[in-house]
Amino acid sequence: MLIGVTRETKPGETRVAATPATVKQLTGLGYDVVIEGGAGEASSFTDEAYAEAGARIGTAAEAWGADLVFRVNAPSIGEVELLKSGATLVAPLAPAQSGELLDALAARKVDAFAMDAVPRISRAQSMDILSSQANIAGYRAVVEAAHHFGRFFTGQVTAAGKVPPAKVLVAGAGVAGLAAIGAASSLGAIVRATDPRPEVADQVKSLGGEYLKVEVEVEKSTDGYAKATSEAYDQRAAEIYSEQAQDVDIIVTTALIPGRPAPKLITAADVASMKPGSVIVDMAAAMGGNVEGTVKDEVVTTPNGVTIIGYTDLPARLPAQSSQLYGTNLVNLMKLVTPEKDGVLALDLEDQVQRGLTVVHDGGVLWPPPPVQVSAAPAAAPAEVSTGSTTETKKPLSSGAKLALVGTGALALFLLNAVAPAEITRHFTVLTLSVVIGFYVIGHVHHALHTPLMSVTNAISGIVVVGALLQLTVADNVVLVLAGIATLLASINIFGGFAVTRRMLSMFRKA
Amino acid sequence: MDIFSIAGAAYLVAALLFILSLAGLSKHETASQGWLYGVAGMALALVATVIQVADAGTTTAVLVLVVAVAIGAVVGLWRAKVVEMTGMPELIALLHSFVGLAAVLIGWNGHLEAAAGHIHGGAIHSAEVFIGVFIGAVTFTGSIVAFLKLSARIKSAPLMLPGKNLINIGALVVFAVLTVVYIINPTLPLLIAVTVVALALGWHLVASIGGGDMPVVVSMLNSYSGWAAAASGFLLSNDLLIVTGALVGSSGAYLSYIMCKAMNRSFISVIAGGFGIEAGPSGDVDYGEHREINAEDTAELLAGASSVVITPGYGMAVAQAQYPVAELTRILRDKGVDVRFGIHPVAGRLPGHMNVLLAEAKVPYDIVLEMDEINDDLAETDVVLVIGANDTVNPAAAEDPGSPIAGMPVLRVWEAKNVVVFKRSMAAGYAGVQNPLFFRDNSQMLFGDAKAKVDEIVAALARVPA
Repeated sequence: MLIGVTRETKPGETRVAATPATVKQLTGLGYDVVIEGGAGEASSFTDEAYAEAGARIGTAAEAWGADLVFRVNAPSIGEVELLKSGATLVAPLAPAQSGELLDALAARKVDAFAMDAVPRISRAQSMDILSSQANIAGYRAVVEAAHHFGRFFTGQVTAAGKVPPAKVLVAGAGVAGLAAIGAASSLGAIVRATDPRPEVADQVKSLGGEYLKVEVEVEKSTDGYAKATSEAYDQRAAEIYSEQAQDVDIIVTTALIPGRPAPKLITAADVASMKPGSVIVDMAAAMGGNVEGTVKDEVVTTPNGVTIIGYTDLPARLPAQSSQLYGTNLVNLMKLVTPEKDGVLALDLEDQVQRGLTVVHDGGVLWPPPPVQVSAAPAAAPAEVSTGSTTETKKPLSSGAKLALVGTGALALFLLNAVAPAEITRHFTVLTLSVVIGFYVIGHVHHALHTPLMSVTNAISGIVVVGALLQLTVADNVVLVLAGIATLLASINIFGGFAVTRRMLSMFRKA
Repeated sequence: MDIFSIAGAAYLVAALLFILSLAGLSKHETASQGWLYGVAGMALALVATVIQVADAGTTTAVLVLVVAVAIGAVVGLWRAKVVEMTGMPELIALLHSFVGLAAVLIGWNGHLEAAAGHIHGGAIHSAEVFIGVFIGAVTFTGSIVAFLKLSARIKSAPLMLPGKNLINIGALVVFAVLTVVYIINPTLPLLIAVTVVALALGWHLVASIGGGDMPVVVSMLNSYSGWAAAASGFLLSNDLLIVTGALVGSSGAYLSYIMCKAMNRSFISVIAGGFGIEAGPSGDVDYGEHREINAEDTAELLAGASSVVITPGYGMAVAQAQYPVAELTRILRDKGVDVRFGIHPVAGRLPGHMNVLLAEAKVPYDIVLEMDEINDDLAETDVVLVIGANDTVNPAAAEDPGSPIAGMPVLRVWEAKNVVVFKRSMAAGYAGVQNPLFFRDNSQMLFGDAKAKVDEIVAALARVPA
């Protein structure tokens, strides 16, 4: 089947839905790829590079008319007409908000995979464009902030005086927030983060941030996204934001709730309380912004000198990177729907992931999908169960039972020796004492020396040679032969065992 | 003071030297010394015995002695020189079989001597002959099967005969009955019968045990070979044999105990065998999807890490990957990365097998740690490389009470920040249990031959500037 990659028509869009690297992977899955001429230009991918990777360079009509059409942005209603009937569109479609577009696609009998509707389960992570793009956006948000911030991020002590480190607050520790935390802390800033989900505290910490906990009970998220929060929570959170606004130099806000306007986290008063020169990056600007005073797609400076950045195209500002990750997400999706690697789309709507992202199929709108339970939601502590049941199945011997066991053994040994002739008793004495000595001596052997220990005991057990040798003195030819063979075998043991032990021991060396 | 009292004194000293030898082997610092004690003890015992033979025996006897010992020495030294360290388990199993066979022959000689009237028989003597032959024969065939399985000459999957426990118990009952009959009337057919029964029992015992339980089997056979020597000592009224046999017997038993504890199983259940089979597929749980990583990315991950733990398993031995692993360790340590090894007690096919392989590749032994020494540090570790291990790093053992390996102590590698699992394919481990580790968010799979992959990582690391 033919995959078409079109030039993006949205103003300011620099990304492209396939890169030369992903084209190679797509052809590996058996697909043919046609790229609209100049589609990768803004991402620094030339037509020649695509052609070299195995794609055909075609016109817009050819790309739109392919069996599968890859896009970075949803098409406009008008562009739906360019798709051929029976084709499949792969793009982020915001299905919850774009009923009209879905209807238009259904009417045109075009199947649609909404890349932003990939279920948030571990298995589907490799095709989750929200994660891959948010990661880039979070990084870029910090870079933008650094660009507008008139100081270092890292603290320094120089001959020209001491520089304090910048303080950064990241609101929302999702993928974008975590990327921002990582980027800011690796630049040397002191990073703090807030999030309604207390389970992210460890992730924040792992990236070098400090998690500011809002001490209010909240219900746990079951679908991996943050939920709208309770009133008490909001009140306490607002206090935290007010406190932090006075202290920090940079705020990055990432709070989004799917299908709803972004929550207002930072009030105008908070912004006014910030130090002159401070920077706010509002990553939720597209959905109305988390900050009062954000202007979508613009940089504004408040009267007290605080810069508020409202860019909505942060991933597009790293076009080559974003295209590569987006393209790889699409390749991973194609891997899933092309199990035979024969270039034929085999959609399986029984599969949770494929069902979730298929929003239009066979002329019908399939949005919304049945709910999916997320594997990332904390499972009810199974560890406790395990300890409980193992103690049940494997009960250690009670001290009474142990005593009885030892007693029986001692009694058996006693009886055996009491009735046996003196000779045997003497042997048993030697045997018993040797066994005890053996356990004490060997109990302290270092684990690394278990193999040498075994080969040395092996050599030592060749001591049976003594028995065989003594039997050589018997004047009987059969005995002589058998004893001779036994001597030979035991000698192999003695010499082989000691020699190999020597070899092993000489290998062990200290650092 | 005659030749016998001198020999007796020499035997006593030899026994003490053997004890010192084992004691010396408990630490790296004194291991070589321990070896020397062992050699000295053996030399002393041999000299004392040879003098007795030379004194009492015929020229033929002395000739047989010299020839047999010479051939044995040549063969033994040659095998010890050429054996690959990965082939240690086979060699040791084979050596065990020799002790077993020697004990059988000594027992037979005991019978023949008594039958020919050279020595006085009697009930005790008969019982000793029988027990010695029985233990020796079980050790012999058991070790042979273990050798064949370890060297992959036969399949290592457990043999599942119907009523295998009944067969084992039946053989023991037959042995007991034959012993009683033999004590009353010691005849050769009975001795042949018990030898055959014991050989069959030894074969069946080990054949029913799968490859992954081999560390237990080998140390168990080590123990048996000791008891076989001790039984010969009873027969010949020789205290040195009894002492030595008991030392070896208890050392093997103790190692078996350590291994069993490491697998959270009783000794009986290992001997009864067939553990992997009954486990079966424990429900078709959807663990999600695993992620793959390539050698290049692994190299980058390692270069950026500050602490790395490598947990090798039998797969490393199979792939002969210990040399590239050692090279990788050296490069990373030169870059200032803290590299350590975590060894599970039952990793490999022999107690301490991994340690020997790593030592062979010149990995310093003080960075090779035991499971209990490293487990608590794993949570602070940046990257864990799991090379050819599976069941010993399975989180199901700790977290899933329904798992067949539940409760088995494992290396908690999943607590580390990143886990890279080297594996040929997604197949289940020896225990036949799926490993949820592969599907964890922090683990990635590196498919392919462990040696080739580690080589690639080493090459990639060489390109990464320090």
